Amino acid sequence: MAFSAMKEKYSSQVHTVVLGATKEEGGTRDYTITVGGEGALPFLHFEGEVPHRPVVALEVWDVVPEWHESLAPYFGDVYNDPAAWAKKCVMEYNADLVVLRLKGADPDVADASPEDCAKVVKDVLAAVGCPLIVLGCGNPEKDSKVLPAVAEATSGEKLLIGVADQENYKSITAACIVHNHNIIAGSPIDINICKQLNILITEMNLPADRIVIDPTTAALGYGLEYGYSIMERARIGALQGDKMLAMPIICNVGHEVWRSKEANASSEDYPAWGDQANRSILWEATTAAALLQAGANILIMRHPKALALVKQNIEELMVPTSFDD
Amino acid sequence: MFIIGERINGMFKDIAQAIRNEDPRPVQEWARKQDSAGARYLDINTGPAASDPIKAMRWLVEVTQEVTDLPLCLDSTNYDVIEAGLEVCKRPAMINSVPAEWPKMERVFAMAAKYDAAVIGLAMNEEGIPKDADTRVALAMELVAAADSFGIPMENLYIDPLVLPCNVGQDHGPEVMQTLRQVKLLANPAPRTVVGLSNISQGIKGNRALINRTFAAMAIANGLDAAVGDACDEELMAIIATARVIMNLDIYCDSYVDIYVKQK
Repeated sequence: MAFSAMKEKYSSQVHTVVLGATKEEGGTRDYTITVGGEGALPFLHFEGEVPHRPVVALEVWDVVPEWHESLAPYFGDVYNDPAAWAKKCVMEYNADLVVLRLKGADPDVADASPEDCAKVVKDVLAAVGCPLIVLGCGNPEKDSKVLPAVAEATSGEKLLIGVADQENYKSITAACIVHNHNIIAGSPIDINICKQLNILITEMNLPADRIVIDPTTAALGYGLEYGYSIMERARIGALQGDKMLAMPIICNVGHEVWRSKEANASSEDYPAWGDQANRSILWEATTAAALLQAGANILIMRHPKALALVKQNIEELMVPTSFDD
Repeated sequence: MFIIGERINGMFKDIAQAIRNEDPRPVQEWARKQDSAGARYLDINTGPAASDPIKAMRWLVEVTQEVTDLPLCLDSTNYDVIEAGLEVCKRPAMINSVPAEWPKMERVFAMAAKYDAAVIGLAMNEEGIPKDADTRVALAMELVAAADSFGIPMENLYIDPLVLPCNVGQDHGPEVMQTLRQVKLLANPAPRTVVGLSNISQGIKGNRALINRTFAAMAIANGLDAAVGDACDEELMAIIATARVIMNLDIYCDSYVDIYVKQK
């Protein structure tokens, strides 16, 4: 007997967001990256279109990071040079794009001035041809000074700038509108705030197709499932026509995973857990794999080997499936 | 649940006059108003007074489409009038309506298939409006079977259980609610449901808006998908938005009422 697959029909799809602008488009990027556009739940190609594959980014900091020593062999030589670091991420480790985290702006770290931060961003832009994501230091007050300065200095580049939250979205949104950038709207694992913030930002007249959602995610074992269910709910809402939840999703995977005990604990302390280097890579890749299934469009990774595993996973998931043959 | 705006109807004096004088302004004003108030379809009814209803329907459709992108719900008991409207509709329309009677179902469902239109199917036949839920559901089943035989997908069939004014047909209230629930069990995917919201308060001198709004909330709780009603009643639209949140149809956010009204 012929098998006929039960298919869900959806009335809507996820917005697409274009990251980066080429010379013709007013920027300096070699190419742009488009994310979003799904007309079905993740990778259910037989139910709807999945026009753009999820992309993976590697993290670059503007100051020397206090990362686990197992990352030093990969980045140690460029910790001091964000531009060279970014180049390495793209050329050597095949990142689709780069995330520049302006940690040095934090008053408790280096208290870098908005001008200094803007200069680092420009240096990184000059070093690589890929679209760029720029994250603030996480101090809302400082970020609302630094991010607009970065937006102005890189006017027209269509960066993805964040993270804007309910407290500081106004200054960041205004800067993104004036200088033609995209914004990351962050919410604390809360679908209602996620939706409301998107409304507030679009009410300031930044189009919905310039917003990417950061729903806040956790590492495997640290509440991943809460973020997962929020993402899933947002996706189902988007497919059913809720345009204020239909933005592509970005997940801060590396940052979360490398705070976990499982990624950091040494094999000497926990012999049953196996080799730390392999364990941490797998912890990061597995967290990312789960978030892909929840609907992530952009994954921010830290370990190049975890990135390679996730890219391979994405390639496999993007092979169209069909039950029509 | 969404509202099919009821205001472009020749029963209203300003629309009747607009049709007579071929003055598009009142029609277009109501089209714009209902659109921005959150209607998802606009009902178009020439009313009984139009001297040439075919011409009037065509004209109403054309002038309405000049100012709004909303799909239209063509409302007439004369199927030639509806077909004339369908011919000039830019977007797939809704046909309002057909009872569970042959050969009317044949004419309407064939027309719906040809023009990719949705259909409002009335749970009544030659014998009139049933008194109880069971008979309503049986007639709904006839509509489902007929629509299916013409290849109409269930999401394009809106079953109207038929509402009577609550002062004359009070005992119909609970039967209508039960019908709304049971219609959803007739097919998978289920047909949709629709009511004429203002019918519940027809001829009542008291607070008609209160009755309409309360009915809307209760009907949504019983699974109602659409209602022909007054989109410009802000309170009604806020109640619908709230009921949708309570029924987990929309995800809550602080601006949920605004978003329900604005989001097409």
